[in-house]
Amino acid sequence: MSELDRRSRRHTIAILVDNESGVLARVIGLFSGRGYNIESLTVAETDKAKSLSRVTIVTSGTPMVIEQIKAQLSRLVPVHRVSDLTTEGSSVERELAMIKVVGIGENRVESLRIADIFRARVVDSSRNSFVFELTGTAQKINAFIELMTDLGLVDVSRTGIVAISRGSNPL
Amino acid sequence: MDKDKIEELTGAELVVRTLNDLGVDIIFGYPGGAVLPIYDVIFSQEKLRHILVRHEQGAVHAAEGYARSTGKVGVVLVTSGPGATNAVTGLTDALMDSVPLVCFTGQVATHLIGNDAFQEADTTGITRPCTKHNYLVKDINDLHSIIHEAFYVARAGRPGPVVIDLPKDIQLTTVGYNDKIPLKNTSYNPKTEGDVEVINSASKLISEAEKPIIYSGGGVINSGLDASKLLIDLAKYTGFPITSTLMGLGAFPSSDSQFLGMLGMHGTYEANMAMHQADLIIAIGSRFDDRITGRLDAFSPNSKKIHIDIDPSSINKNVSVDIPIIGDIAKVLHPMLAILKNKYNVDKTKTKHWWSQINDWRKINCLSYIQGNETIKPQYAIETLYKLTKDMDARITTEVGQHQMWAAQFYKFEKPNRWMTSGGLGTMGYGLPAAIGVQLAHPKSLVVDIAGEASILMNIQEISTAVQYRLPVKIFILNNGYMGMVRQWQELLHGGRYSESYTEALPDFVKLAESFHAFGIRVIDPDDLESSIKKMIDYDGPVILDVVVDPDENCFPMIPSGSAHNEMMLGKEKDLPKLSKEGLALV
Ligand SMILES: Cc1ncc(C[n+]2csc(CCOP(=O)(O)OP(=O)(O)O)c2C)c(N)n1
Ligand SMILES: [Mg+2]
Repeated sequence: MSELDRRSRRHTIAILVDNESGVLARVIGLFSGRGYNIESLTVAETDKAKSLSRVTIVTSGTPMVIEQIKAQLSRLVPVHRVSDLTTEGSSVERELAMIKVVGIGENRVESLRIADIFRARVVDSSRNSFVFELTGTAQKINAFIELMTDLGLVDVSRTGIVAISRGSNPL
Repeated sequence: MDKDKIEELTGAELVVRTLNDLGVDIIFGYPGGAVLPIYDVIFSQEKLRHILVRHEQGAVHAAEGYARSTGKVGVVLVTSGPGATNAVTGLTDALMDSVPLVCFTGQVATHLIGNDAFQEADTTGITRPCTKHNYLVKDINDLHSIIHEAFYVARAGRPGPVVIDLPKDIQLTTVGYNDKIPLKNTSYNPKTEGDVEVINSASKLISEAEKPIIYSGGGVINSGLDASKLLIDLAKYTGFPITSTLMGLGAFPSSDSQFLGMLGMHGTYEANMAMHQADLIIAIGSRFDDRITGRLDAFSPNSKKIHIDIDPSSINKNVSVDIPIIGDIAKVLHPMLAILKNKYNVDKTKTKHWWSQINDWRKINCLSYIQGNETIKPQYAIETLYKLTKDMDARITTEVGQHQMWAAQFYKFEKPNRWMTSGGLGTMGYGLPAAIGVQLAHPKSLVVDIAGEASILMNIQEISTAVQYRLPVKIFILNNGYMGMVRQWQELLHGGRYSESYTEALPDFVKLAESFHAFGIRVIDPDDLESSIKKMIDYDGPVILDVVVDPDENCFPMIPSGSAHNEMMLGKEKDLPKLSKEGLALV
């Protein structure tokens, strides 16, 4: 095996599943049972008529492990399709975060100014707090959170990553 | 029937009717509160035969024995809570060994689920990782299609166990029934046809090989009788040597001169050496399990590898292969043989040198043992059993331990579906209930459970089942007084500290048999072995033959864990293996 084949890489995997009870437990159980890691997981129904949900999982592993993950997912009965967005063409990834910052005076003004630069929206405010809503790549959100840490950050809620392939083809 | 008059059935009636529709003739089960409505339906019909086991684990193993000896789906019925949890070991066993089963579990009424009701267990939660798939039926309108789908899923692709958890209120609710098969639009469609281009490149490699070996496994047997025939055709056409996993024994006739015996931890010297030195491995329905490969980084270092398997997740899991072919074994071997014959033409003289090397390895005679006249050697017991039963329609099950490995080494299987053993999970207590399932499917066969005295105690209660249904299963105990396989590891790897591997207070197996109204025989003298085995065979009913064997015998060859194929112990060395810490950590 070459050095390259042994290197662990981050992959974003999209999975189309029947929207039925237990399906998420099957996916998560497979990851924990076989020792694969989950860096991020999101799920929601995406096709009401066909009752399908889409799961997006960010994981990491060597090419052999990623192939295993795909094969293992594919043989789950309620799984319709598995796609490795990282290797199958290019894709767009986004995450949404809500960030609560508490402060008054200069800190409060500064947090607003930074939010503006990051195009974060204020979705709630009180006399001494803001809740910002921010969409972007995970890196962008990390950077925003880091800057807010010194300005009174008290709470963070993140959706985890959703992703979709570029171009005209569906999953 | 009147077209617009739909028949009304209860859920319980629907279960039995659908099983009739699916051609199920036998169900293994054990009653309880949550399945009483189904038992009530079973009471007043005759088509579906219910076999009352003595423990739910026994029901699942019996269904496994039935399934593996027939190729059909085995069916189980147990109650909620403890009934379901008792079935878990059997389900896991079936998952590991790819045995098609459908297991109905009772569940508390839908409105009680989640309330810690009496005998409630989260059965779908508990069995999710040990089934191929499972269902909780919440709506009576889904029941019919779920049962059909469960049978389809159990059988399709790589087979496995499926659980249907059935709340009691659903069993009592009525629903309209029509006999159209209501297959849900399932997304589960495993690929069965191999890719012709890939088969072509594999065939080319096969025609060029000078040191090839066929390594076949249980997948060949699961694929069906055609696959076994095609495997023989492939071996005969190419003249290649062939070895088999524990699960695959019988797919290729063991008495054939091309057969090198089983490979792996307790495989033959010639099979393991040939795997190690080969330039081409053709893996057919086998999965490069750790019992087979030994130390991974030293596994067959110079070979190209072709891997035929129906389960894509088996490919490149442990060993990365050069040519993966995903498909049903028969559907791959058929075109492969055609391509080989029409396009590449295998020249048998190419492997002449390889065969002479293999024949040199064979001269080591790795399975040799010395039978004195004091105590019965376990190997001799199996060889004698083989000699006396080989011309009969014999089917063998086993428990787990040394006796299982000796059975695999010394009993020669000529046909598939004659050998039922717990391979992947290694479940002590498998053999007796499995033998019951086999005997029910094959009433005329001689069914023998080759057992150890420790394993047999794990499901000994099933003798009672055998007696009740007049199933003449034979329990052939190699009684060495020890958990022999544990003792062997302790002797070789743990400085001879025999921690808890000796059973102090064994029962008198003859009296035990008698107390169950079965027949018991004990044999101690090697001279009496043959006559005792004959007595066992001739007795029309269940028998325990307690064969008292040499307690110190070890099972060789052995590849100690963490070692490579060419680091086999043959049992004649003076030095014990020096295992690395990593090796000791392996099972
Ligand atoms: C249910 C279960 N528990 C524990 C083990 C571990 N184990 C493997 S072999 C063995 C000893 C089996 O003893 P016996 O049935 O007497 O067979 P022998 O090795 O002596 O032939 C044990 C305890 C197992 N395989 N299954
Ligand atoms: Mg023993």
